[in-house]
Amino acid sequence: MYKHRQNYADVSHPLTSSPEHRDFLRRVRRQKIMIRFTQIIILILAFGLWEICAALKIVDPFITSQPSRVFNTILILHQQGVLVEHIAVTCLETIIGFVLGTILGTILAIVLWWSEFISKVSEPYLVILNSLPKIALGPIFIVWIGAGPAAIIVMTLAISLIVTILEVLNGFLAIDKEKIKLVQTFGGTKLQIMSKVILPASLPTIINALKINVGLSWVGVIVGEFLVSKAGLGYLIVYGGQVFKLDLVMTSVLILGVAAALMYQGVVYLEKLLVKSHE
Amino acid sequence: MRNVVELRNIGMKYQSLNGEIPALENINLEVYEGEFVSIVGPSGCGKSTLLSIVSGLLPPTSGSVLVKGEKVIGPSKKIGYMLQKDHLFDWRTIFQNVLLGLEIQRAVTRKAKEYAQRLLETYGLSEFSHKYPSQLSGGMRQRVALIRTLVTNPQILLLDEAFSALDYQTRLAVNDDIYEIIKKENKTAIMVTHDIAESISMADRVIVLTRRPGKVKSCHNIKMKMDKRTPLSSRKVPEFQTYFEQIWKELDVHV
Repeated sequence: MYKHRQNYADVSHPLTSSPEHRDFLRRVRRQKIMIRFTQIIILILAFGLWEICAALKIVDPFITSQPSRVFNTILILHQQGVLVEHIAVTCLETIIGFVLGTILGTILAIVLWWSEFISKVSEPYLVILNSLPKIALGPIFIVWIGAGPAAIIVMTLAISLIVTILEVLNGFLAIDKEKIKLVQTFGGTKLQIMSKVILPASLPTIINALKINVGLSWVGVIVGEFLVSKAGLGYLIVYGGQVFKLDLVMTSVLILGVAAALMYQGVVYLEKLLVKSHE
Repeated sequence: MRNVVELRNIGMKYQSLNGEIPALENINLEVYEGEFVSIVGPSGCGKSTLLSIVSGLLPPTSGSVLVKGEKVIGPSKKIGYMLQKDHLFDWRTIFQNVLLGLEIQRAVTRKAKEYAQRLLETYGLSEFSHKYPSQLSGGMRQRVALIRTLVTNPQILLLDEAFSALDYQTRLAVNDDIYEIIKKENKTAIMVTHDIAESISMADRVIVLTRRPGKVKSCHNIKMKMDKRTPLSSRKVPEFQTYFEQIWKELDVHV
């Protein structure tokens, strides 16, 4: 009777490698190498061109800075012993911001999912808060909370929280109603629907919110640092701009780019750990 | 024979801003122990609503449901429900999926786990118990879904178009599978379907509903002259065609 078990094809089993297949693999590998190679060439060309133009005074290095000057600035900052501090301050604020934003956002999304009444009442407020440019709230936060890291983190939250709530709530609402019905047929409570279906099924959505939040948190932190800080990459950028040290500005921007990319990769790695593909 | 499910004057009206939609009217039905009853009717006649009411998920507007003499007021452990799709959770292994109902009912004991393991073994799935649903075929997934319902040990099974998500060939095979499991585990079953052939091939009794609002139009006791009846073999006897034509006429299908 249970014979259709044989229909189960074991696809994961490696194919016996025919010449055609090896040829295919070689082409795929070559394509990959070409892409990576081109990417690196573009990077080298861009920096090389920048360096040469500045050295030949085609552009004014005082205004555009120059890769070698950026390198020197990094060394100087390091010798002064402040490089790590500035990077650490900004990264820490960002991490706290996006972790808090994701956790609070998810909790608030759960509340809105739980009570349709609260959800409907809060809808116009969420719409307004979502469309309001949160940067306008900066001065208010500084007056209320004081100039310091706390104000920066609140700024970050202001930027990422509403987006998280809406994103996660939409994820909750998109879950197949029949899955909820299944839990109800076993006599499941609302709490069990949450813990057995909604949350596990929404893990990919929540991770996605985390990805969006990383980007938004950087915006929040840098804006916050522009407004109030005494340390951090945003502070270096503003300070460099005010004293017309473009070397410092460019250096900070480059470091910021690397740090933001690394943090994003961290979330992608986390996603791989948490959302295992069961294919 | 004792009746296990009794529907008394069930009526159901849905409320909407545009008015009231009567879905079911004056449904009376008794289902006996070990019986397999199927309900057919034109689409939108309230078949699935009726199952939701029997399961206690949906309170009827009027009338009452008695299961073993007790009035149904909410989901009960005596009743197992099988939905259209298997709805196995892809973040759980097969074994974890099978335990879902027990977890919800806070009834995960060693004994219950052993029973689950035994069911998986009996129905040819034990080697997959640590795999994930996406690694199984549609028919196997439906079998897992049935086992998930069976481990909570319900006396009555409700099947709501439980096979309609499968392709035709798989569906015929799964009909046989599920039928054999239900008979072997000695369960009472109520199946809702729009497939006349499926309903005749599996049921001891076919109930035909009218179009909306659904009322009981007729009852057919299905009797096949054969020793060991299976859904597939039922399709091959001459009576099958007779029943089919009768029910087809009563359904009064217009395109």
